[in-house]
Amino acid sequence: MIQTLWFCLVAVIIAGYVVLDGFDLGAGAIHLLVAKTPEDRKRVLASIGPVWDGNEVWLLAGGGTLYFAFPALYASSFSGFYLPLMMVLWLLILRGISIEFRNHIDSPVWTPLWDAGFCVSSGLLAVFYGAALANVVRGVPLNASGDFFLPLWTNFRTGTEPGILDWYTILIGVLSLSALVVHGALWVRYKTSGELSARAGGFARGVWWLLGVLTLAATAASFLLQPQISANFRDYPWGMVFPLLAIAGFLGMRQRGELAAFLSSCAYLAGMLTSAAFGVFPYVLPSVARPGFGLTIYNAAPAVYGLQIGLAWWIPGMALAAGYSVFVYRRFAGKVS
Amino acid sequence: METALAADRLHFAFTATFHYLFPQLTMGLALLIVWLKTVALRTGDEHYHRAARFWAKIFAINFAVGVVTGIPMEFQFGTNWSRFSKSAGGVVGQTLAMEGVYSFFLESSFLGLFLYGEKLLGPVGHWAAAALVWLGSWLSGFFIVATDAWMQHPTGYSQGPGGEFGLASLWDLLLNPWLQWQYPHVMLGAVATGAFVMASTGAFYLIARRHEEYGRIFIATGVGGALFASLFLLATGDGQERNVALYQPVTLAATEGLFTTAQGAPLAILGQPDTEAGRLDNPLLMPKVLSFLTYRHWAAEVKGLSDYPRDVWPDQVPLLYYSFHIMVGLGTIFIAIAAVCAVWLMLGRLYDSQPLLWILMLSFPFPYIANTAGWMTAELGRQPWLIYGILRTADGNSPQVSEGNVLFTLVGFMGIYMVLGMLWLFLIYRELEHGPGGQERPV
Repeated sequence: MIQTLWFCLVAVIIAGYVVLDGFDLGAGAIHLLVAKTPEDRKRVLASIGPVWDGNEVWLLAGGGTLYFAFPALYASSFSGFYLPLMMVLWLLILRGISIEFRNHIDSPVWTPLWDAGFCVSSGLLAVFYGAALANVVRGVPLNASGDFFLPLWTNFRTGTEPGILDWYTILIGVLSLSALVVHGALWVRYKTSGELSARAGGFARGVWWLLGVLTLAATAASFLLQPQISANFRDYPWGMVFPLLAIAGFLGMRQRGELAAFLSSCAYLAGMLTSAAFGVFPYVLPSVARPGFGLTIYNAAPAVYGLQIGLAWWIPGMALAAGYSVFVYRRFAGKVS
Repeated sequence: METALAADRLHFAFTATFHYLFPQLTMGLALLIVWLKTVALRTGDEHYHRAARFWAKIFAINFAVGVVTGIPMEFQFGTNWSRFSKSAGGVVGQTLAMEGVYSFFLESSFLGLFLYGEKLLGPVGHWAAAALVWLGSWLSGFFIVATDAWMQHPTGYSQGPGGEFGLASLWDLLLNPWLQWQYPHVMLGAVATGAFVMASTGAFYLIARRHEEYGRIFIATGVGGALFASLFLLATGDGQERNVALYQPVTLAATEGLFTTAQGAPLAILGQPDTEAGRLDNPLLMPKVLSFLTYRHWAAEVKGLSDYPRDVWPDQVPLLYYSFHIMVGLGTIFIAIAAVCAVWLMLGRLYDSQPLLWILMLSFPFPYIANTAGWMTAELGRQPWLIYGILRTADGNSPQVSEGNVLFTLVGFMGIYMVLGMLWLFLIYRELEHGPGGQERPV
């Protein structure tokens, strides 16, 4: 029971990370495309400047939470996804210094360099995150002790010897990139004004169609590859609220209201991620070859005391963190000039 | 897995050592900036406001490098040390998650307001933002040192049927007796770095005859902080060493280069440990001092390395011995420099004493060396255990990750960190060149 609760909390913190850091990743991925002048680029960065670091903390808090709530999952997945994870870390380094160092020197050599670093690292991270999620949904070749090591790619087919990249994980990677591009574009549209805001809005409307096609394809592929998903939706039909949230969010992104469209995008991302979590439950890392080797919330969790006492500090701590975030976002309300 | 182990250890040692160059300045400066802002608030002296703003810019650059080099650390437990994470994640994951939840959110939320919100928040609000950033950074230090303290001296855990360690008492984890000395010792080490860097910058400005009014503020604040930190480093280091004697006696023998058990054991000031022959070559000894320092009794017996089986000796005795002696030696020199400068400061002669200004200006690398050597002492002293007495380092790394993969990513980190180091130097140089007294310039 307490393991199920922690599964939900980990899903919440990951969804929180994707919704929050997602908009600054998306803003980064479209940075060079929508912001044409030096002033526009400064405004895109100003729209995320005071909040991006706090958004990224959700990743660290999520990693820590995953670590103590499901240590066997943390150990198995981080060592098994060794190479792509290291690349993610390097991209996070490039992205962090690109944002923080860019404005130190106003020079036609310095700023474009960091603008490019910000854009490339943001876009690639969006693809990597999608591919990572897809690897978890598809499953990995776990051995009896719960370990695996995946090469970057094999023959691009799913099956019992997949790579990090196969047709499915690439599909989800591209879906993730387009979802975060729309998310980031709607944020830039909401936080800026004039031509920049209009261009970002146009960008979001264009990519929205692609996002729709990819969402359908990804949903079909996921049901095909992971039988647990259809089993869960059949056994617990109330779980349909998660995909319905995603659909409502998807349709809501077309709204004229800038904030409403952005919040719809938040709902879409949260709906998609919770749908995936609901679909694989109780697995946290399915096995492709031998279902019995899969990691579940039961065999990946530690002694119950740690999970119980964890609730006692985790919930007030996250409430406090939410309080700071509300304070910062309110201080920072309105459009950037 | 055998050869990968050495690569895994080097991988963590490199990324952790490089990373800690930045947080030590962040945590030290955070306190000193709160001090500068407190003086500014109480006296209304504009110089102190500007001094605080100048150090906030240095802080921001340093903080950014600390964050991006810190993120990998949390993931490396899983990538390179999966058997450790699997068996101990239920315990160490608690403190690492607490760091994220209780300190990173606090720090990141108020850092933006501290750096860009001085006009928005007003003087008192801005002081509060600085204080919250300080609190966040020191809480972060607490949770990290608590994690290390548990690996040095595991408390509050139980072992499950599969051999994995689970948390049995949160209080025993957070009130670990090891932590009670190690945490203040580590924080004071950070204050020493911040204080010497500040005093060194002030001495540079006085020698170069630029921004002299600020140079004097930096020197006075830095020397005061350095004296405070170095005296309490001595006291907490003594407490820490007695914890080592109590919980890791074989490590005590190795750090002190004591090979044979002795009553009234001498303290080795100099000497080279020869682990093959089992003796300290060319020693300079203070008779009976080690017995007194360890047990407060001149004739007490201190056990030497030869009384312990080889398989519980730390596996790098000379490196451990030298690290410890460099830390202690530098700590002693810090007290001397800070005390002489403080006396000269009170006599009103420090700002005109070229020799002392030069010593201060050249002092800044040494607290970095001492902090690094201190962590090397702690972590090499923990060997051959990953969790002292219950999990060997050789049983903790990732079985599936080959040596080649570890070396490849280690070289990658080395390259990236070299570029980061150069960028840091370049941007810090620009801030020092611009100085605290010039035209205000938006960051």
